Amino acid sequence: MNIPIEEIKKELESRLPDVKLRLIGNSLLIENADDLPRVALFLKESPKFLLDYLSSVTGADYLTFLESVYHFYSMAKKHGPVTLRVRVTSHHPKIPSLAPVYRSAELQEREAYDTFGIIYEGHPDLRRLFMWEEFQGYPLRKDYEQEDAEVLEVSDIAWLEARGIKIPAEMKEKAKALYAAGQRAVAHKPEKPRP
Amino acid sequence: MTVFGWGILKGLWVTLKNFLTSYFRKPDEGGIFTVQYPEEREKEIENFRNFPFLVYDGTPEKIRCVACGICERECPPKCIHIEMELDGTGKPARKPAVFDIDHALCMNCGMCEDVCPFDSIFMDHVFEVTAPERAEGLVRHKETLLKPNEYFQKIRPVAASIIDQKRKAAEEKKKAASAPQGPQ
Amino acid sequence: MTNIAETKNTDAGQTLEVNFGPQHPSTHGVFRMTVQLEGEKIRGLKPVFGYLHRNHEQIAENLPYAAIMPYTDRLDYVNALSNNFGYALTIEKLAAIEVPERAEYIRVIMAELARIVNHVAVIGFMLNDLGAFFTPLLYAFRERERILDLFEEVTGSRLMNNYFRFGGVKRDLTGQNLAAIRKIVSRFPAFLKEFEALLTKNEILCMRCQNIGILSAEAATNAGITGPVLRASGVNYDIRKVDGYSIYNRFDFKIPLGQKGDVYDRFYVRLLEIRESLKILDQALAAIPTGEIMNKKSLPMLKMPRNLKPPAGEAYGRVESPKGELGFYVVSDGTPQPWRYHVRAPSLINLTLLEEMCLGQKIADAIIILGSIDIVLGETDR
Repeated sequence: MNIPIEEIKKELESRLPDVKLRLIGNSLLIENADDLPRVALFLKESPKFLLDYLSSVTGADYLTFLESVYHFYSMAKKHGPVTLRVRVTSHHPKIPSLAPVYRSAELQEREAYDTFGIIYEGHPDLRRLFMWEEFQGYPLRKDYEQEDAEVLEVSDIAWLEARGIKIPAEMKEKAKALYAAGQRAVAHKPEKPRP
Repeated sequence: MTVFGWGILKGLWVTLKNFLTSYFRKPDEGGIFTVQYPEEREKEIENFRNFPFLVYDGTPEKIRCVACGICERECPPKCIHIEMELDGTGKPARKPAVFDIDHALCMNCGMCEDVCPFDSIFMDHVFEVTAPERAEGLVRHKETLLKPNEYFQKIRPVAASIIDQKRKAAEEKKKAASAPQGPQ
Repeated sequence: MTNIAETKNTDAGQTLEVNFGPQHPSTHGVFRMTVQLEGEKIRGLKPVFGYLHRNHEQIAENLPYAAIMPYTDRLDYVNALSNNFGYALTIEKLAAIEVPERAEYIRVIMAELARIVNHVAVIGFMLNDLGAFFTPLLYAFRERERILDLFEEVTGSRLMNNYFRFGGVKRDLTGQNLAAIRKIVSRFPAFLKEFEALLTKNEILCMRCQNIGILSAEAATNAGITGPVLRASGVNYDIRKVDGYSIYNRFDFKIPLGQKGDVYDRFYVRLLEIRESLKILDQALAAIPTGEIMNKKSLPMLKMPRNLKPPAGEAYGRVESPKGELGFYVVSDGTPQPWRYHVRAPSLINLTLLEEMCLGQKIADAIIILGSIDIVLGETDR
C-alpha cells in the first residue's frame, strides 16, 4: 500500500516543526541536511508509520547540486515507499549518515561516497567500496573525465616505485610536468561524438 | 526410525538407485545424458541466437543490406562498423562497402536483428568461432558474414518463412502499384 | 588462495590475518574477505568488493532505455529473467506503459521458472561448499538443464535471455513450449522428493548447518536484508505479496518462514519456495489466456528504441528476485537516455551482516554462511 506523501509531510510538520520540508513530485526534500537523522528516527519509531526498513540509498548528480535519495518501507506494517531527498553542493558535500540508525545504509553510503564523493558524517567506516583506496576522482559525477590508462601520474609512480618497479626517466618527467601544470592524465575523447 | 545415521543411509540409497538405474534408463529419464561432443551434437534449436550474419538473395551482389547504419547506432556495445559504398560519381550506392562486426565485443543480444528495417541482419547459430589472436582475428568482415537466404531458411525455417511471405507481399504490392493501367 | 598477511599479538593470543582471496572456489565469484583468525575461530572479518565492477550504471547513462535490457541480464547472471522483470517494471512505471494479459502471465511463468533455476543451483552449490562433492549439485543441474533448454527455445539463449520488453515480451510461447513447461512442472515434485530424501534429514548436513550463522529478525530488518535470508529469520515479507506487482495477487501461494535463522533454515526455506513456485506455475499454466504479447502502442518502439522518451521524473521499481529485493531507481530527463540509473542489489546489502554472523564460528562455517546468503558477484559489484 502506498502512503500519501502529504500525510507524512503533515505529521512531520506537526511533530518536528523546525524541519523545513518541500514536496517534489512524490518525495520530500529536507532543506537542511542536518535534520535528516531526526526525521529518519521519527519515521522509524512513530507507531503510525513504523518505517523500519531502509531499502535504498542512492546518490545523483544534477550539475548544480548532488543529491542523496532514500527509499523507506515498513516491514511491520507492509506499506511504503516513502522517498526522502537531501541536496548538497559538490564544494561542501557533507550529509549526516544514517548508518547508526539503519544498518542497511552502511554499504550503500560507502558506494555513494565512492561514486559521487558525498561524505557521510558519522559513518563508522567511510572508505571506497568498489574502487581501490588510492583512486582519485568520483566516477559517476557528470564532470568526471576518463583517465588515460597509459600515462602515469606522480601518485602512480610513487605507488609503483614503493613496490620496486623501475620507471623510465621520460615517463617520470611527463608526470612531473602534468603535476606542475595541475592537470590529470585525461583520455582523448573519440573524434565522432556518439549519436 | 530414529537410529542415528538413518538419514545418511537413506541418502546412500538414493545415490545407489541413481547409479544403478543410470545404466538402464533413457537419457531423459535418469540415464546417462552426456553428449560426446564433437562426435555427437545436440539438436539445433531454431531460436538460438549467437553472432549475426547478413542475408543475400541469390548472388552475393544482391545483398539486402542498404548500409543505413541503424544497427550500428542501436548496437549496445557498438561492435558494428559500416561504411557506405560510393558509386563512380561519389553518390551513395545503397550497399555497404565495409561491414565489420567485432566478435570480441558482440554480446549476442539480438538488438541488430530487432531494429533492422530491411530484414537483412539475423542471428546465426554458429558458435565455433575461433581466431589465433584477439584484435584482428575476431573482427569478421562482410565476406564471412554474407550467407544466402537458403541458409537462413535452413537454420530458422519459421522465422525465414514469415520474412519471405512479408517480402513477397511487399513485392506484389509494388508490382501492382507500378503495373501499367489497363483500359478503364 | 590464502595469503598470510600479518600476525598480531593480542591479549587473547595471536591473531592471524588471512586473505580469502578473490580466487577461491567457494566464494561464488571474485569475492575477497580478510579474516582475522585465532586458531580456527574467526575474530574479525571484512569483505572487500569491486573485483567485478563493470560500471554498469555509467554505461546505462549513455544508452537508450531498450538497449540497457541486455546489460541487466548480466547483473544476476544465474537467473537473468528476474533482472529483466525488475527493469521492465520500472520503465513501465516511469513511462506509464501497460502490459496485456497474456504477456503478464508469460512474465510470471518465466519469473517463477527463473526462481526455481536459481534456488536449485544455490542449494547445489551450498552443498558443494559443505563437501558433498558435486552429487546433489549434478542432480539439481539435471533438472535445471531442462528449464534452460526451454529458455533457449523461447528466448534464444540459456542464460542471457534479453526476453522482456517494455509493454510485453519479445516472443510468444507456442503450444509446444507450454507442453514442455507442463512436463517440467509435472516432473519436478518427484525430483524434489528424491532431493529431500537425500538431504533433509541427513545427519552430516544437520550437524554442520544447524545453529550456525544465526541471524535475528530485528537485526535482519534493520540491515535491510531481504529474500530467503530474511524469511528464514522469521520475518514475513515477500514483495510478491506486499506490492502485488504484475498479477501475483491472483495466485494462491504461501510464504515459507524459518524459525531460527540459521544456515539450515535458509536452505530449507529455499526448498519450500521451489514447491510454492511450482504451485504458482500450475495455476498460471491453467489460466493463461490467448491474446497479444506486446502493447500495441509500444510495438513501434521495438524498431526505433530512441523514440521512447519517458516524461521527466523518477521511478523506483522492485521485484522479488530469488536473492532478495532487486530494485531499480531510474531518473529520466525527457531524453532517450536516463539521467541516473541505479540498481539496488540484494547480494550487496545481504552481506552487511556477514561479520556478525561469522564471529566466533570456525572458518569452515564462514564458507557455509557465505554460501547460504546466496550472493552472485555480477550483482554485488555491478
